[in-house]
Amino acid sequence: MRSRYFTALAVAALLGSGMLVFAKPPAGSGSITGKVTYTGTPPKMKPIDMSKEPSCAKQHATPVLTENVATGPGSALQWVVVYISAGDQGSTAPSQAVRYDQKGCQYLPHVLPMQVNQGLQIYNDDQTSHNIHPLSKVNAEWNKSQPPGSPPIDTKYDKPEFIPVKCNIHPWMHGYFIVLNTSHYAVSGEDGSFDIKGLPPGKYTVTAWQEQYPAQSQEVTISGSEAKTANFVFKVLPY
Amino acid sequence: MTLKKLAVTFALGSMALVTVGASSMFAQSHVNSPDPSLGAPSVASEESHIGNVTGHAEEGKRLYRRFCIGCHGPDGNGQGMNAQWIDPKPRDFTEATFKCRSTPTGTLPTDDDLYNAITRGFVTTNMPSWAPLTPQQRADLVAFVKTWSPRWTKGKPGAPLNIPPETPITIESILHGRELFQKLECWKCHGPEGHGDGPSAITLTDDKGNPIRPYDFSSGSRFMCGTSNQDLYRIFMTGLDGSPMPSFADVVKPAEAWDLVHFLRTLQPLKTPEADLWMTYKAAHGSDLKPIGPDAAPGGK
Repeated sequence: MRSRYFTALAVAALLGSGMLVFAKPPAGSGSITGKVTYTGTPPKMKPIDMSKEPSCAKQHATPVLTENVATGPGSALQWVVVYISAGDQGSTAPSQAVRYDQKGCQYLPHVLPMQVNQGLQIYNDDQTSHNIHPLSKVNAEWNKSQPPGSPPIDTKYDKPEFIPVKCNIHPWMHGYFIVLNTSHYAVSGEDGSFDIKGLPPGKYTVTAWQEQYPAQSQEVTISGSEAKTANFVFKVLPY
Repeated sequence: MTLKKLAVTFALGSMALVTVGASSMFAQSHVNSPDPSLGAPSVASEESHIGNVTGHAEEGKRLYRRFCIGCHGPDGNGQGMNAQWIDPKPRDFTEATFKCRSTPTGTLPTDDDLYNAITRGFVTTNMPSWAPLTPQQRADLVAFVKTWSPRWTKGKPGAPLNIPPETPITIESILHGRELFQKLECWKCHGPEGHGDGPSAITLTDDKGNPIRPYDFSSGSRFMCGTSNQDLYRIFMTGLDGSPMPSFADVVKPAEAWDLVHFLRTLQPLKTPEADLWMTYKAAHGSDLKPIGPDAAPGGK
């Protein structure tokens, strides 16, 4: 009787550990790299007139340009968030918070990806007051003043969402918080390239999000530790 | 005509009147709401608690149909038939974002906040005071308004702001408040004289992208969310969610907040203790005061 009881326990423990392995596969070594480009004529990015805020204007030798369709050489498209929308979602939010800066009356970076429940620290590095106003719809909307020298605002978002961010005092300031479920994401650089690493074998839907144009998706299957390529082309319009 | 005949005529007449009344009511609700379900989920279960009055959403739904639907719409999204003529736009209850709260920015308001908003109405908007409705009716409406967003079932209202007792009204307090008005850059939107004509005023939009004006302190005695010094304190500490007005709760200490209240009172065309003190001070020292605006901005030159 007793030995049977122990056998049952041992079997249960084995099963349990087996399930654990299934539920949490080790971080893979596959990757998806690629380049985001555009076809068509992109809208001309406009120089921002910061003369109403001299403390910011003097930080920029040449006027800053708007960034809603930021392009680079070779038809590269910058600030595109490429992420795994279906497939292995990786790990939960790291304890390291992401940092968002208000500097020279600009948001740095323009597009900030983060994970659900990951810490977000917002700094005001300027000599002027900003009000930081993320226009969330799924998450609770808030709006806080942050005068110069204030401590960073510590916050986080608990639902995935693409959130436009604005400062009502300086209406040209415009950025995005990208709150994702997955830990597999990247933002395209000035050359349009991105690199999503650490993917275990499996089937994936890779989605590319740009603030002005419709998002695109591709199916990618990774077996072993291979490096797959996925390129995205956005059709842009000059207006 | 006998007395009996008279009574019959009267009875018939009043029946006819009732019928006409009822059919016109039906006609109205049909025009306003083609969908009798009225969009809102879980109507029966939602309640509100205002003092010892308990509001019921089921009752509130009937009242909403009668009084609110024209502007706030059959789907509670602020797109009623009248909305196109209204500026600022009626509140979209499906977002559960409210301007007048006693709770921190980004949190739900309390039942009392909603009740007070319905009772008070919003000055400079099309939302009138609904004080003519009974307290029970207003409580019922609060309960129904909470059925439009799932945020009410998933979350709770924030903790109401603790407002410490008001500090004495002194010229030092007013002057410090004036410094804050400059330093916090209230003037960027509200203007150096509080006329709502600051450099950023013209660019302001609400969270739906509709143009919105900052408050003009010279326009009268009432604010968006009340009339008292406590109301004024609460407005800038909690912010008006969904509008460009941010919360200053993290950056203004309670005592400083009262200083700002005292200064803001001097911007109004009212005979208040603050205004009296300020006029006397300005008459004597007006030329020493640095004007509010970009020249005095900490980062400006």
